[in-house]
Amino acid sequence: MEIFEYAPAPESRSLVSVRPSYDLFIDGEFVEAESGERIVTVNPADEEPLAEVAVAGDADVERAFAAARRAFEQVWSPLPGAERGKYLFRIARIIQERARELAVLESLDNGKPIKETRDVDLPLVAAHFFYYAGWADKLAHAGLGTRPLGVAAQVIPWNFPLLMLAWKVAPALATGNTVVLKPAETTPLTALAFAEICQEAGLPPGVVNIVTGAGDTGRAVVAHPGADKVAFTGSTEVGKEIARAVAGTRKRLTLELGGKGANIVYDDAALDQAVEGVVTGIFFNQGHVCCAGSRLLVQESIADELLERLRARIERLRLGDPLDKNTDIGAINSTAQLARIQELAAAGEAEGATGWSPSCPLPERGYWFPPTVFTGVTQAHRIAREEIFGPVLSVLTFRTPEEAVAKADNTPYGLSAGVWTEKGSLMLWTAARLRAGVVWSNTFNVFDPASPFGGYKESGYGREGGRHGLEAYLG
Amino acid sequence: MADHSPRLAVRRTYKLYVGGAFPRSESGRSYPVTSPAGDHLANAALASRKDVRDAVVAARKAFPGWSGRTAYNRGQILYRVAEMMEGRRAQFAEEVAAAEGVGQARAQALVSAAVDRWVYYAGWADKLGQLLGGANPVSGPYLNLSEPEPTGVVGVLAPAGSSLLGLVSVLAPVITSGNTAVLVASENAPLPAITLAEALATSDLPAGTANILTGRLSELAPPLAGHADVNALDLAGAGDLAGPLEALAATTLKRVLRPGEEDWDDPDPGLSRVKPFLEVKTVWHPIGR
Amino acid sequence: MPDSVPGPLRAYLHGLPGVDEVGVRRRAADLATRSIKTTAKRYAIDLAIRMIDLTTLEGADTPAKVRALAAKAVRPDPADPTAPPVAALCVYPDLVAVAAEALRGSGVGLASVATGFPAGRTSLEVKLADTAAAVAAGATEIDMVIDRGAFLAGDYRKVFDEITAVKERCGPAHLKVILETGELVTYDNVRRASWLALHAGADFIKTSTGKVAPAATLPVTLIMLQAVKDHRAATGRQAGVKPAGGIRTAKDAIRYLVLVKEIAGDDWLDPAWFRLGASTLLNDLLMQRTKLATGHYGGPDYYTID
Repeated sequence: MEIFEYAPAPESRSLVSVRPSYDLFIDGEFVEAESGERIVTVNPADEEPLAEVAVAGDADVERAFAAARRAFEQVWSPLPGAERGKYLFRIARIIQERARELAVLESLDNGKPIKETRDVDLPLVAAHFFYYAGWADKLAHAGLGTRPLGVAAQVIPWNFPLLMLAWKVAPALATGNTVVLKPAETTPLTALAFAEICQEAGLPPGVVNIVTGAGDTGRAVVAHPGADKVAFTGSTEVGKEIARAVAGTRKRLTLELGGKGANIVYDDAALDQAVEGVVTGIFFNQGHVCCAGSRLLVQESIADELLERLRARIERLRLGDPLDKNTDIGAINSTAQLARIQELAAAGEAEGATGWSPSCPLPERGYWFPPTVFTGVTQAHRIAREEIFGPVLSVLTFRTPEEAVAKADNTPYGLSAGVWTEKGSLMLWTAARLRAGVVWSNTFNVFDPASPFGGYKESGYGREGGRHGLEAYLG
Repeated sequence: MADHSPRLAVRRTYKLYVGGAFPRSESGRSYPVTSPAGDHLANAALASRKDVRDAVVAARKAFPGWSGRTAYNRGQILYRVAEMMEGRRAQFAEEVAAAEGVGQARAQALVSAAVDRWVYYAGWADKLGQLLGGANPVSGPYLNLSEPEPTGVVGVLAPAGSSLLGLVSVLAPVITSGNTAVLVASENAPLPAITLAEALATSDLPAGTANILTGRLSELAPPLAGHADVNALDLAGAGDLAGPLEALAATTLKRVLRPGEEDWDDPDPGLSRVKPFLEVKTVWHPIGR
Repeated sequence: MPDSVPGPLRAYLHGLPGVDEVGVRRRAADLATRSIKTTAKRYAIDLAIRMIDLTTLEGADTPAKVRALAAKAVRPDPADPTAPPVAALCVYPDLVAVAAEALRGSGVGLASVATGFPAGRTSLEVKLADTAAAVAAGATEIDMVIDRGAFLAGDYRKVFDEITAVKERCGPAHLKVILETGELVTYDNVRRASWLALHAGADFIKTSTGKVAPAATLPVTLIMLQAVKDHRAATGRQAGVKPAGGIRTAKDAIRYLVLVKEIAGDDWLDPAWFRLGASTLLNDLLMQRTKLATGHYGGPDYYTID
């Protein structure tokens, strides 16, 4: 070896034993689906099947809601808050104990790098359960009521499978609700591992029910008359469908949907950290992030220098085997998502923007898309307006703070935004004008269970995390 | 030579309130308003979907200015509305009595409560930030602050049966936080709403902050619920239309406050009608040297 | 020749982009998770050994101590002749002659801390004399300290002029400029001091004397690596970086190499452009080296204490 190159450093797959087949988790037990249908979940990094998973049909969903209702009325809501909290603390501890196993499983099923599942997803999952465990016996102090709603129907996405489960399940259980949760069809495995953790924790049967399947199962869960509350994280398109389905019912609804976050870099920014923030903003988790900073708005006077540094930085990103500890960019989660990214990237070229990607070879098998930066983008381009949900950055320039804010807010979305400046008053001026639920200034894509998260406008409504996150589950 | 014939009273024309002005409906239409007993009271403007459109434009235009006022200033202006109403007590009482078919004593009580409701929400304006926001203890070297912000333009369907108190009870909580409103008055009892508009117009409330339409709920509510530039809906007066309107609102994911069992006489409704029209923004900033 | 500095020094240095402390720490912490295994680790360990400035800077240093360390510098592992020699030996000026004699013909460099090390609180005349004496006695590299007092007082010109004067006195010897980042405290200061030293003609910028805590850290080194990279892009002249102090384990050393690779680039992965100022580090590298070769963990009794 003539120069210092990193040798492969794969995390051991043997930390996790994936079963060939998984059933539904209803009333504290794994039960076969009455539907008899099964779907296969594959490893997006090599397209090899990982396991077969049951598809819950209407009858299965019915069973799950019956179990959740029974558990709500007879066990969980009458339980003193302190005892509910102790179950959640116990779950948090088991997650910490099994963190590495769960991280490997998540990387296998999702395609995201082990570095992220190990250092971001799993610590946040455990922290979320710890955080809400502590609320369970203190609800009276939160000023949001103390009465649980009943049974919560929860549908979660594939980009942070276990973390989104934690964001849904932890506050619901802390407040005394029971849940019927449907994980995404392409990433069901960590939710099923969580079902085992519920068993290991001795959680009363029916408090958590997990029904796997695809869109039809999700629709059945959301539409079930036994749902007192619906919580959904996913695309704006499906969010609207759910909002229509819930209209006119007594069901409460919270939605955490898409985004087209603007990352504004002013000319006085700490340039190297801004470059890092731009990279973290769009390439974290392959850009499969609803709050991604997918639009870079850079002040024209520093655009060339920033882009030069950005390209040099992106050249350093390591794309490949998600289980390699040095991988920065993993696999795209599914063929469908890959096709969507490819379609929008092609539209970017067709509409006259200029795409650039580093010289990184893509693995032959699996679903991959290189980090991509589009320059010469205008507000009218599809890649400046539509959520791509992939490692594709659209770069626009601005001249004044007014123009930056006007462009940033010129979108139906309103989930996240970034501001980079060393001038405190400019930061506050900008943050106050950004119509977005989360504003990261001089940082990006940091999360914490104590920090409320959620969108303005078509990015959804309701907040998850913090004291605010309790409100969605109390009546 | 003295004229002994009785003086002919000057009647009011009840018009819409849009963008701080009092236009007639762009459609040129009006409709007769009667008391519960069937007596003709006046003609009110019969607003059209185009008036809805104009009102939304006015509300959107007013939003940056109104939401950009200090909370203290918004509170002062809401209090000023109470002052203006107090000065027109007699007129309000007469109209409420006629509109709702209640006696003078009850009408006076309703006007008093409506005036006090403005005072109540005036006081809320600069309390929201502390109650609903604050610093969050995140695990890292970051300042993390959450604060409530107004949602934007709110469509308000005023309650059908409470022509003044109900109206004030839905309008004041929407605008106290900085939202601007497009309000559809009670279809059958719209006259106090227009008199309120006249009080609003003389109370330092910036033009377009509150816009008031009179007319048919079934004609005005759907374009309001479907309008892409409306951010939220209060369906208090939606009646049977609530479900379909909520479905329409889903097209652009408006925040929706469903109609409930409201007691407009409750002097302390808290934040139940304020919070649904607030967003929570959370700002992170590193702490370092 | 010093690079030309555009405009007044203060305006220039304060016009450099700021550094966000939390952001730079986050980046350094992220790079510290790089997992260096098998062949990469073997290469990194030998490279780290070749980058060491084996250092003794004690009041109690004696000729015998220096001779012993020189022997170790030339042949770090008596039991294994394949272990490469270190880059240089680093001693006080009065022991340079002893070290030069001990290192003669070995190819190992000889560095000396001149300029009133470590505080630097002497007159310029003394600093220059100190430098000249060390070079005359055989030093091939001079590690000077900057006047931190002047820097913190905003007298950038004084710092600049001292560096250019010492550089001139170095003659053929390479000049490493010690910023003493533990006293500069902020990353903004580290960046400004780095550029100041580079423009004044430094061949290397070095973090610390080892006498002030904190000494070298990953984020500080990251800022300095970024500076030499950007400086080369701006001027065409390449300079090196030397973290010193507190680097004790092979794992630490490898983290620095990762930083070099990912921040400055492969061009700096060479003893000509990156050094590790250390003493006890060498034995840990040797121990890890043996572990990789034999598969067994070693113990301190099997490595020389000098």
